Amino acid sequence: MTAQTQQDSPLVIAGRTFKSRLIIGTGKYETYEQNARALEASGAEMITVAVRRVNLSDPSQPRLVDFIDPRQYTFLPNTAGCFTGEDAVRTLRLAREAGGWDLVKLEVLSDPKHLYPDMAETLRACEMLVKEGFEVMVYCSDDPVYAKRLEEAGACAIMPLGAPIGSGLGIQNPVNIRLIIEEAKVPVIVDAGVGTASDAAVGMELGCDGILMNTAIAEAKDPIRMASAMKHAVIAGREAYLAGRMPKKRYADPSSPLAGLI
Amino acid sequence: MSQIDVELNGETRQIPSSLTLKGLLEHLELDPRKVAVERNLEIAPRDGYDSIRIEAGDRLEIVHFVGGG
Repeated sequence: MTAQTQQDSPLVIAGRTFKSRLIIGTGKYETYEQNARALEASGAEMITVAVRRVNLSDPSQPRLVDFIDPRQYTFLPNTAGCFTGEDAVRTLRLAREAGGWDLVKLEVLSDPKHLYPDMAETLRACEMLVKEGFEVMVYCSDDPVYAKRLEEAGACAIMPLGAPIGSGLGIQNPVNIRLIIEEAKVPVIVDAGVGTASDAAVGMELGCDGILMNTAIAEAKDPIRMASAMKHAVIAGREAYLAGRMPKKRYADPSSPLAGLI
Repeated sequence: MSQIDVELNGETRQIPSSLTLKGLLEHLELDPRKVAVERNLEIAPRDGYDSIRIEAGDRLEIVHFVGGG
């Protein structure tokens, strides 16, 4: 790095500062142990978690918090499985009591086939949660109008999908993602749709503040190696965004000087 | 010891009567630091586990964090 290179400013969400711009989910891993190793390899400082009933018939089952320490990582409880604002508020009140933190991920889904967010209900739930004092990071469609509405409702981060949850299709609508980024005054994080490292880099090159992913790591053949790949992809994409890419040209342009040829 | 019926995580269960919430979690072999409890749709505050008495017919949800995206 040259002396002239500007230091990147860190990611700040609801007053919390993060060195890593990668947030990873904790679902779909073979074991919590594998999950913990992937987390370490990813360099992420924040993880999403779900809130579920304790299995009362076997209280000795392994617990996530025994493998990933909530004092070391920021836990971001989600509302996966909630279909109304009331469900989301109920779930996150429990999460707040379990963990003692207010930073949460809101997702209100609709049809299980595409898992697209129900945006009308998401906006209503966001308003309810903000009123209750939560800091709400919102999973949303890639609709710039709704993204703005969520921000106006007090969302502390806007998290548009890149492609359907768990699909690994990569960012399907870079135009909308860029429009959301241009308009937003809070961090924009692409949540869902990343399949491999280049997808994460594309998101960061668009100017996203971070990427949230789960399946791309958990369902890779080697999740720990993929976690490491994602770490580097997010850094590379961010650096490329800050560096400013060269303009695309229609024709070739030689890299070696034409003058002085023998 | 007499028993009462409560609804625990959606299932009816018999538990000893006159337990506090702390006592109930001990009875269920759960670490109170790793769960959160909703009683009759109200959050049971963590600092109140000693004083909350479980009554017959109570509807309790005991949750924890699991892996999720």
